Amino acid sequence: MPITLDKQKALETYELMKLIRLFEEECASQYMRGLIRGFLHLYIGEEAVAVGAISSLNEDDYIVSHYRDHGHALARKLDPNGIMAELMGKSTGVSGGRGGSMHLFDVSKGFMGGYAIVGGQLPIAVGLATSIDYLSEDRVVMCFFGDGAVNEGYFHESLNLASLWKLPVVFVLENNLYGMGSHIDRTHATGHNLYLSADEYNIPATQIDGMDVLAVMETAQPLIERTRSGGGPVLIEANTYRFVGHSMADPGNYRNILEIEEWKTKDPISKFVEHALSQNIFGLDDIAVIDESVKQVVRDAVEFAEQSEDPEVESMYREIHG
Amino acid sequence: MGKLTVRESISKGLYEAMDSNERCYLLGEDIGEYGGAYAVTKGFLDKYGEKRVRDMPIAESVIAGAAVGSAMGGLFPIVEIMTINFTLLAMDQIVNHAAKMRYMSNGQIQVPMILRTVTGGGGGLAATHSQNFEGWYANVPGLKVVTPSNPYDALGLMRSCIESKDPVIYVEHCLLYSVTGDVPEEYYNVPLGKSVVCREGQDVTIVTYGGMVSVCLEAADKLSEQGIEAEVIDLRSLRPLDIETSVKSVCKTGRAVVVEENWKTGGFGAEISSSLQENAFDYLESPIIRISGEEVPMPYSRKLESAAIPDASKVTITIKAMMEI
Ligand SMILES: Cc1ncc(C[n+]2csc(CCOP(=O)(O)OP(=O)(O)O)c2C)c(N)n1
Ligand SMILES: [Mg+2]
Repeated sequence: MPITLDKQKALETYELMKLIRLFEEECASQYMRGLIRGFLHLYIGEEAVAVGAISSLNEDDYIVSHYRDHGHALARKLDPNGIMAELMGKSTGVSGGRGGSMHLFDVSKGFMGGYAIVGGQLPIAVGLATSIDYLSEDRVVMCFFGDGAVNEGYFHESLNLASLWKLPVVFVLENNLYGMGSHIDRTHATGHNLYLSADEYNIPATQIDGMDVLAVMETAQPLIERTRSGGGPVLIEANTYRFVGHSMADPGNYRNILEIEEWKTKDPISKFVEHALSQNIFGLDDIAVIDESVKQVVRDAVEFAEQSEDPEVESMYREIHG
Repeated sequence: MGKLTVRESISKGLYEAMDSNERCYLLGEDIGEYGGAYAVTKGFLDKYGEKRVRDMPIAESVIAGAAVGSAMGGLFPIVEIMTINFTLLAMDQIVNHAAKMRYMSNGQIQVPMILRTVTGGGGGLAATHSQNFEGWYANVPGLKVVTPSNPYDALGLMRSCIESKDPVIYVEHCLLYSVTGDVPEEYYNVPLGKSVVCREGQDVTIVTYGGMVSVCLEAADKLSEQGIEAEVIDLRSLRPLDIETSVKSVCKTGRAVVVEENWKTGGFGAEISSSLQENAFDYLESPIIRISGEEVPMPYSRKLESAAIPDASKVTITIKAMMEI
């Protein structure tokens, strides 16, 4: 039976996806203005994955992300001001301006970091799960990674150990078909059904439509509970697509415009809105209210970040050692 | 005061870590049933059980990475990577993850962990199993690197590593495990970042660490018979590095020789030599000399291997020639 959301939960789901979308669009503008530097990887098009998966977690569960981490951080309700300040390298950023876009951290929210070495976050997630198991805590770790990371040895080593030790890890594979400019057909021996690898390690795995936030929730919730109750790791492959370049530096010459347009017709936000309207879960007036408030949140984040101070040069030497 | 081997000292440190902290656990390849490739953790599995002594798949990346993650989650992992040669497969977790966590999270996360591993050549294990990469790790802010050369330091440094809130690479030399030495019964420790003068002399300073310490002490004894008194300094930690002790000595002797088993080009000895000339240039009577391993992949043949690793006679000959300048 397909999952149904009550009005409040549905509005919250819409709000989070919309916040991610507008926040990311604003990041692109701030990058063009030169206030955000370095690598900037946007999550536009993939919102349903983060929102569907993360809203199915408990507050004290851990999340481990990659460099495309703004969507995960916002879905986890990290302070948008602190995220934008981080992107602008300010001392008020969630990581004190030391991490930037690829390294958002907020331990108070169980957000254990964005990592920029492809696949490097998988063993970290397995280690966090080891600590949960060792200390008999009631938590799980949700670990996000891309289709590109599946080709790293890390993926295999981590799945093997997580399964061997029956650790509480929810692996979320965001298959957006590309690792930078390379289509999986050109990088993976099968090119599809990446989730089948999990079978080799005795890990239950499912492939879902990552453009459908309800499908993500519907799949994630029972799998998370299975893991939480000692069933060992699980893997979710979410088929998704980024509507924008890999990063702001993307030449954009490797994807067919028709392919992009085709995927845009599956926009996760429009799709969810259509569903909610048709089921009378919420109305156009509700949407208008949320849109206005989300725009304000993003404007406030930019203002907060711009007005924040750069870190003191002296602070550079702090927190290298305890 | 009792006699212990280096192996026993390391084990003693590990027992103390395990007994004093329930959250401390060991992980590594063949550390449990097998007892450890160098038998350091023999008996641990029986005493502490499988929860706290974990035999790992041969998967160095996830061994190191799981240790990092579990430290982030509140545990105190002590990892054994069978030899430093295999840490190359774990290097990304050590350098890009363990060493960066506290910094990038602006202090929200700390990674207290010890990664024990085995360095050095001389055992006839040829090119891929005889290398000295501790200097590479010493290059990285966020890591600490210690290199005990005797049983006293092995235990004393281990105790300081246990107190440390940061990732430490604890580097054991493959030929030192059975070396014996005095170890006090009462508690002591050896602070990280403190080198030691292990032999006094006024004619020349030899700066070294790890497996080369005993080689240099042997050379110093030979030189003494010929009227040259060498001061030998054991660095003990490569990061944090105590260069002051060596500078002070060089100001006294006016001469410095840096001895390491590693290759010379870009090696850790270059760091020492450079720091000494920055700090003691006006006191030097002759150029600082580096004695290092030959720049070849380690050959297997005993004769070739011996020729590739610095020995006491090489140190003696070099210093005698230096004293004539
Ligand atoms: C070990 C490593 N190799 C290469 C890179 C450069 N790089 C950054 S992202 C990326 C593509 C990763 O693709 P995927 O895992 O599918 O994630 P996506 O960006 O599509 O979300 C590459 C090659 C890196 N950061 N780390
Ligand atoms: Mg991808």
